[in-house]
Amino acid sequence: MEKFVTHEGTAVPLRASNVDTDQIIPAEYLKRITRHGFEDGLFAAWRKDPSFVLNQPQFDGATVLIAGPDFGTGSSREHAVWALMDYGFKVVISSRFADIFRGNSGKQGLLTALVSQDAVDQLWKEVENNPETQVTVNLEERTVSAGGFTAPFEVDDYVRWRLMEGLDDVGLTLKHVDEIAAFEAKRPSFKPVTA
Amino acid sequence: MALTLAEKVWRDHIVRSAEGEPDLLFIDLHLVHEVTSPQAFDGLRASGRSVRRPDLTLATEDHNVPTIDIDKPIADPISAAQVNALRVNCEEFGVPIYSLGNAEQGIVHVVGPQLGLTQPGMTVVCGDSHTSTHGAFGALAFGIGTSEVEHVLATQTLPLKPFKTMAITVNGKLPAGVTAKDLILAIIAQIGTGGGQGYVLEYRGEAIRALSMEGRMTICNMSIEAGARAGMIAPDDTTFEFLKGKERAPQGADWDAAVEYWKTLQTDDTARFDAEVIINAEELSPFVTWGTNPGQGVPLNSTVPGPDDYEDESQKLAAEKALAYMGLTAGMQVKDIRVDTVFLGSCTNGRIEDLRAAADVLRGRTVASDVRMLVVPGSVRVRLKAIEEGLDKVFIESGAEWREAGCSMCLAMNPDKLTPGERSASTSNRNFEGRQGPGGRTHLVSPQVAAATAVRGTLSSPADLAPIGA
Ligand code: SF4
Repeated sequence: MEKFVTHEGTAVPLRASNVDTDQIIPAEYLKRITRHGFEDGLFAAWRKDPSFVLNQPQFDGATVLIAGPDFGTGSSREHAVWALMDYGFKVVISSRFADIFRGNSGKQGLLTALVSQDAVDQLWKEVENNPETQVTVNLEERTVSAGGFTAPFEVDDYVRWRLMEGLDDVGLTLKHVDEIAAFEAKRPSFKPVTA
Repeated sequence: MALTLAEKVWRDHIVRSAEGEPDLLFIDLHLVHEVTSPQAFDGLRASGRSVRRPDLTLATEDHNVPTIDIDKPIADPISAAQVNALRVNCEEFGVPIYSLGNAEQGIVHVVGPQLGLTQPGMTVVCGDSHTSTHGAFGALAFGIGTSEVEHVLATQTLPLKPFKTMAITVNGKLPAGVTAKDLILAIIAQIGTGGGQGYVLEYRGEAIRALSMEGRMTICNMSIEAGARAGMIAPDDTTFEFLKGKERAPQGADWDAAVEYWKTLQTDDTARFDAEVIINAEELSPFVTWGTNPGQGVPLNSTVPGPDDYEDESQKLAAEKALAYMGLTAGMQVKDIRVDTVFLGSCTNGRIEDLRAAADVLRGRTVASDVRMLVVPGSVRVRLKAIEEGLDKVFIESGAEWREAGCSMCLAMNPDKLTPGERSASTSNRNFEGRQGPGGRTHLVSPQVAAATAVRGTLSSPADLAPIGA
């Protein structure tokens, strides 16, 4: 996982609340066998509508998603996070996230920045008025700013630390590889092997 | 400190424990199948990591494989792609695999125990909820998600927060004709499909001690249907007998050392469980489900319940919905329910003892003319053993279809499916809407009830059958 300290990029205003994971990525995409390449499934149903915000050229290349409250509810599918990341998003900003989605995001390295709804409204206005506005997300300071506006955001301390160190769960555990090896060395000889 | 069985196994696998962090647990056995592993291997590849302990990892093909014409290519492209991905991944990462056609292939939860790979006091994981099956040996065994599969592949460990513990004590003896399946269906009906949430269940008491390993696996298998992450039974002489001489079981001095350790894996007398449930085995009778979740079960000798039988509003609603989906009316005799199909198999009841029990009922009898019966061994080994004992002939002569090993009609992922409206008596573990095929209706039953139902065409127990020759 790449280290995440600050991120700067353009943003997409997604004016919708209760965006569930079936909307983020429909079930038909779950049959795939790869971990990558889910960008085509992201909001697949909504993207059929040419006026959907992701289809508007002024938001091409955006890396920050500013969503309404209760983002990521519904099924626990990890594919929702993979789809957002494959599409290019590094940060999702909302005033409320579903727990499992937030947990999955933390594991994969997608930052979910929790801000007040006022801040969401303000950010929406900024990027809608000027889609080229650079949104800066500073994980160290826990702030998000756009234009002249700055707001604090909440993030779990442990997740923040992991993102800043660039450690995914596996990377984190592998820091303790010596302890794993020491445990292995002590395992009784009667334990079975598969081959 | 006095500890429960689950706590002892946990304690013995802590690699690292730190304030404010989950414990890092070592995993003794990681079982892999084709459905939940491709993204995990893909993740390893993307980060340039390898499988830390291929020698503690084992893959088998089960969910997607057909149970007839297994020498032909798999017809469904998605199934074929998943099976093929598993083969490619195992080859690339050096993981042992039992593919379709191999003498050791079978359902992941049947394969581990029959090789002697599942042993007391181990931690066993698999990207499959019915990993709880392996708890029958006194192992701490539970299902994990795809990210966790990747984590175990890369590190052979998992960061975990401790579970709560629940004792389920089954006192007395099971009456004749009442099986492990009836017992677990009755337990789930009593505690509910959410009753075990957050707990590791430990089954204990006289009736549990009297069960064979196969019966214990049936019980632990369905712990997940009670909402629990895992189910366990303390190892005893039955466990040691089962393991002795199996390929992957310890040999010689290792065997003695292992048994000595395994004997310590009992819940201490003064240990405390977070919750306790007591069941009286003597009151039980053959049990079947009538609805669309495994908690909606009743004795075979009773009537189909309706909304009025429940106090709780949400249960009333659930009952109404289930009756509509199942095409049943409240108050009708359960034994009047006619089935189209009988499925004997799955990781719940696809072992040799289950096949023997069903064959004993079918010997000298015939499957009703309007019923199709599928007999699907849980593994190639079970299949060969059954053939050696002549059980295949009993099934074929009675009119049942004798199939190759796999998950088959337990879930609608391979060609064995129910058609809309079709009704089955099934020895599997889930009766959810559409589980055995879109619109299919499932009644969960024991192998004995499955066989008797095949003969009479309505849900029945062997006691309902006319004596042979009469
Ligand atoms: S037999 Fe059924 S429950 Fe068991 S592993 Fe296969 S699909 Fe899952």
